[in-house]
Amino acid sequence: MTENLIEVRGLTKRYGNRLACADVSFDLVPGEVLAIVGESGSGKSTLLSLIATELAPDSGTVSYRMRDGVLRDLAGLSEAQRRALMRTDWGFVRQDATKGLRMAVSAGGNVGERLMGLGERHYGRIRAQAIDWLGRVEIDAGRVDDPPSQFSGGMRQRLQIARNLVTGPRLVLMDEPTSGLDVSVQARLLDLIRRLSAELGLAVIIVTHDLAVARLLSHRIAVMRAGRVIETGLTDRVLDDPEHAYTQLLVSSVLAA
Amino acid sequence: MSATAMPEPSGHFPSPLRGGVRGGAEGTAEFNPAPPPPPAPPRKGEESDVGASGYNFAYLDEGTKRMIRRAILKGIAVPGYQVPFASREMPMPYGWGTGGVQVTAAILGRSDVLKVIDQGADDTTNAVSIRRFFAKTSGVATTTRTTEATVIQTRHRIPETPLTEGQTLVYQVPIPEPLRYLEPRETETRQLHALAEYGAMHVKLYEDISRHGHIATTYAYPVEVAGRYVMDPSPTPKFDNPKMDDCPALQLFGAGRERRIYAVPPYTRVRSLDFEDHPFRVQEFTHPCALCGAEGVYLDEVLLDDAGKRMFVCSDTDHCEGRRADGHVGTGDAI
Repeated sequence: MTENLIEVRGLTKRYGNRLACADVSFDLVPGEVLAIVGESGSGKSTLLSLIATELAPDSGTVSYRMRDGVLRDLAGLSEAQRRALMRTDWGFVRQDATKGLRMAVSAGGNVGERLMGLGERHYGRIRAQAIDWLGRVEIDAGRVDDPPSQFSGGMRQRLQIARNLVTGPRLVLMDEPTSGLDVSVQARLLDLIRRLSAELGLAVIIVTHDLAVARLLSHRIAVMRAGRVIETGLTDRVLDDPEHAYTQLLVSSVLAA
Repeated sequence: MSATAMPEPSGHFPSPLRGGVRGGAEGTAEFNPAPPPPPAPPRKGEESDVGASGYNFAYLDEGTKRMIRRAILKGIAVPGYQVPFASREMPMPYGWGTGGVQVTAAILGRSDVLKVIDQGADDTTNAVSIRRFFAKTSGVATTTRTTEATVIQTRHRIPETPLTEGQTLVYQVPIPEPLRYLEPRETETRQLHALAEYGAMHVKLYEDISRHGHIATTYAYPVEVAGRYVMDPSPTPKFDNPKMDDCPALQLFGAGRERRIYAVPPYTRVRSLDFEDHPFRVQEFTHPCALCGAEGVYLDEVLLDDAGKRMFVCSDTDHCEGRRADGHVGTGDAI
């Protein structure tokens, strides 16, 4: 039995009177991909921010198994430990690439930043790693000195992935990584995410409103509505044999091409 | 500020009530029991050393000076850390050295000798104005000689003549935050300093190398102070960075608009950031100074005509004049 990488217990968050996230609990083992699906406003992104400790929950805990094998409550870590964890062992791929990248800094600088944050002080090695990672996310090495402001939407998302994966994280959070991209670019990005997560044994928590993305990438699905997880299970079970009425509605709302 | 908060020195401005029936502005001069002596004619290269009446010593009130001294002491105790302070309006625009002037005002004593330089020169507008300001408001002696000065306010060179123990160098700083280039949020930069997360500093240097093939930052080159805080040495040319390291003099930095004071105590390690394979290097000049023939000093390029004729001369005017007085002669050639 594999030990859990992350344990989420009873996460609750209110914005004033509105309940954004209510009593959410789940576990994730290393290498597992969990999709959180639901319509806009169902609390998916809030949940992700809570897990990433960017928001403080009103109640509930997030515990993570650190590299030393000990499961620790993230709220109990010092600010320095928490930040170090976020930029080495975790990644966060954002919906809006301009928030996850430094738009005025070259692609190489973007990928190299985490390495420099870890104390790498050899320009040649940083650059070689940056070029290596650009290749792995299918960005031409000749673009290493171009800023992401000159990149297309799909390339920006791939660059974000490279920037996050360069330190070899074990858990990556993704917030709607494919939204706003056209379908062929989406397909390529999904292929890439699936390949990398399998190759590197990444655990991924991916938030999406697109059930097709969830089906392609995830092992398990949690369906959210009005801040609550209303159904959870293996991806094909949830999508092919939905139990909850709302899930049935979601699944039947997908347009077939 | 109300008039009652700043009592006027009674020796110079006696109360009209004590003086009799005549009061008002035109009357005060007549009742002044001891008019200040007429200022001595200024000597060559120096300003009058008689303080103007009506000002507190060195312009700032004593409460403000205490507040600034506290900030300075804290800055010295935590080298390279930016201490917030309640910067005052000064009779000069922001960007002209309001921070440096406040630091100087707070540390000046009656026996101090003040030198003010602007890009190495003693005779440019900013330097002359600030030197006269303190000559007028404090009456301290001023000088252009680095060796005679006890307090040197600078924008932004460090004198070529090595500084000694007991001297204080005061820098005028426009932007004290070295992380500002990559992080616009002040709350976040404070957090980064607190946690010593300085990876982003190297991103800037990385960008330089990837664009220019070498670290092209030539001024405001970031340094690490005493192995802890990363500091912006103000827009000094990086040529002067090595002089900050293990310097016998006290170095104080004042940023008036940004309201920060920081310090490098004497004999403190100041290391310029770099990469292992792209080590820190200072500018090199191919020619010696055209006036005094000095080598290994920082040179200014001076355009001589519309055809682009130019010559390179010492940026530090005092150093250059001193060398010429000692008989050193440059080629005087334009290039």
